[in-house]
Amino acid sequence: MFNANNDSLTVIKPRSGWQIIDFKELVEYRDLFFSMVTRQVKALYAQTILGFSWAIFKPLFQIVVFTFIFGKVARVSTEGIPYFLFSSVAIIPWTYMSQTMSESSESLVSGQGMLGKIYFPRLVFPLTPVFSRLVDFGISVLIILGILFYYRVLPTWNLLFFPLFLLMMMIIPAGIGLWLSTLAIRFRDVKHAMPFVLQMLIYTAPIVYSASSIPEKYRLLYSLNPIVGVIEGYRACLLGTPIPWIYIGPGIITAVILMISGAFYFRRMERIIVDVI
Amino acid sequence: MADTNIAIKVENLSKCYRIGLKEEMHDSFVKSMFSFIKSPIKNYRKHRSLYKFDDTDIDSHSPDIIWALRDVSFNVKEGEIVGIIGVNGAGKSTLLKILSRITDPTHGQAVIRGKISSLLEVGTGFHPELSGRENVYLNGTILGMRKKELDQKFDEIVDFSGVEKFIDTPVKRYSSGMKVRLAFAVAAYLEPEILLVDEVLAVGDAEFQKKCLYKMEDVSQHGRTVLFVSHNMPAVTRLCPRTVLLNGGRVIADGPSHKIVSVYMNSERATKAERKWPSLTEAPGDEVVRLNTIRVRTEEGQVTDAVDIRKPIGIEMEYEVLQPGHIFMIYFHVVNEEGIEVFTSMDNDHTWRKRPRPAGGYVSTIWIPGNLLSEGIFFITPGIRTLNPNVRHLRVDDAVAFQVIDSLDGDSARADFTGNMTGIVRPLLKWETQFNPKRTNTNVIASCEDTNSL
Repeated sequence: MFNANNDSLTVIKPRSGWQIIDFKELVEYRDLFFSMVTRQVKALYAQTILGFSWAIFKPLFQIVVFTFIFGKVARVSTEGIPYFLFSSVAIIPWTYMSQTMSESSESLVSGQGMLGKIYFPRLVFPLTPVFSRLVDFGISVLIILGILFYYRVLPTWNLLFFPLFLLMMMIIPAGIGLWLSTLAIRFRDVKHAMPFVLQMLIYTAPIVYSASSIPEKYRLLYSLNPIVGVIEGYRACLLGTPIPWIYIGPGIITAVILMISGAFYFRRMERIIVDVI
Repeated sequence: MADTNIAIKVENLSKCYRIGLKEEMHDSFVKSMFSFIKSPIKNYRKHRSLYKFDDTDIDSHSPDIIWALRDVSFNVKEGEIVGIIGVNGAGKSTLLKILSRITDPTHGQAVIRGKISSLLEVGTGFHPELSGRENVYLNGTILGMRKKELDQKFDEIVDFSGVEKFIDTPVKRYSSGMKVRLAFAVAAYLEPEILLVDEVLAVGDAEFQKKCLYKMEDVSQHGRTVLFVSHNMPAVTRLCPRTVLLNGGRVIADGPSHKIVSVYMNSERATKAERKWPSLTEAPGDEVVRLNTIRVRTEEGQVTDAVDIRKPIGIEMEYEVLQPGHIFMIYFHVVNEEGIEVFTSMDNDHTWRKRPRPAGGYVSTIWIPGNLLSEGIFFITPGIRTLNPNVRHLRVDDAVAFQVIDSLDGDSARADFTGNMTGIVRPLLKWETQFNPKRTNTNVIASCEDTNSL
């Protein structure tokens, strides 16, 4: 709707119906986007003693606990992979996704002070955590490297697929964030539902157990969950096991649908955000 | 667009909001239980109705709809500075919010030509945990500056703010004044073609405010288009040649600032040129003396709220002495729009000095000479006291107000100067210049051009 032509003419009028994302505008605001991401990163561990070490301690603690409970006590089958190794490659992307999802879905509500005072593409709000949390993720990948080194796992050609799974891992919380942040401005129920939904979500993906323990006939349904694809994909590309595309393919489709539909829904609701929040 | 020099074109802009209606009450347990079960559906409808307006809603005078703006149209030319005034709730902020694209209009449209920045608040997006330096960059980019631009201006911004010592300290350790200074400094270095400003000058100490006002004047001299929403009438009259007055979401007046400000002063809620208390018991005062009426009038005896700077201004006070035998001290303060007290005047009429007054009605008229007060709005605070014993019988803050208008006829203190003049008084002084053709270094007694730099 807002055409930024040579004369930079802005037409302000009521919008209705579905809108596509104005990528040109997003490019114009790239500096703003960058500073919002930096703001989040810098503020995250401000005034802590451990600083960014938290990015290591949090998942590490969870890995240790899960290894003890599911690996030693419950003895979950992991197809011969040591449980410590098995869970670390899953928990770290999961930590990223769950934190990003909850931060992104609250982004509009927590940014309401800014929303009412200044205009910039509202998409910046839900997308900021997707990038700012990558810093956390990058640091905690060090844990994986350490564990891989400890178990003497050598890199394979599968590692070439890492960027694909990284992208997929970012698209999922972005899509969810677009949907939920928009819903949250109207229904604060989202805020109350989020922690417990995330708690449940961890069991819908092969994080503490192996995907092969799912019965054959439910496999398609199971792998529609894009989180399954990300976890299985990371496992295969880091540990060098064959890439299970049957688990990954459906997930990619769901993730892309989630992202595109989220973007459209967001654009549709964008214009009423300030009036309703 | 046909007119290339129009920066903002607003056409029939309207915006409606739905206000909450009273919740229904239930008189029985069963009914309220039933309503509790039904409430998710009801809540959903309620949330939905906040932004869904169908045509029947808009046409009918639905009780829960308010029009924050209704068919507002005006044009702003490139380089023009327009003030927007009106009482609270007149739609000023809504207008700025629509123009700065924060919210969409319900009807109508606005076309904006040029890069636009809005300043509805200073320090938007400041993060308390981040340092001053980081917040300058953050706030700057939020306001629409490029990082490169900020790199260049950074030192100037810090210098303007006066907080260089603390620039690497987290903002949460700043005093609120320092925060505002830093925030305003960032805003002051914005260089859009069109700037929308909302009442942000109401912050900081007097010294800093002055600095900001100068900076604003500086901005206006660079040919930038500015829309300035404010309650600060002197700032509006001084900064903006043109003003739009809003009331109830509609434009009710649009024209030269001093005229519009005077219309606004005349409108219902603002202070008027005359104030009467019809019943003696409600009139200000006590059992000794009460004030009936106070008015501002011209030499011709007309009550007026706009006075020519060259003409004397009469302040007329009618009061009733109820208890005889007191010696009164009658006085008034004159305060300008910025809250600065211009002067105080005490009753020095020989007839009644040091003389106990009999009961009855009195009328005192005080004449403020022409060519004394500067342009702007002045408020009169009358009072009556006795000195022995020291009792204040009454005082009415800002009881009446009037505006002094400096015409451009050339025979007032501004002579042929048409720009903004500062100062709280504007006496017409006698100027004498001697001319000596033999000296090249002509010695002019003083130069009036100084006022240009203000």
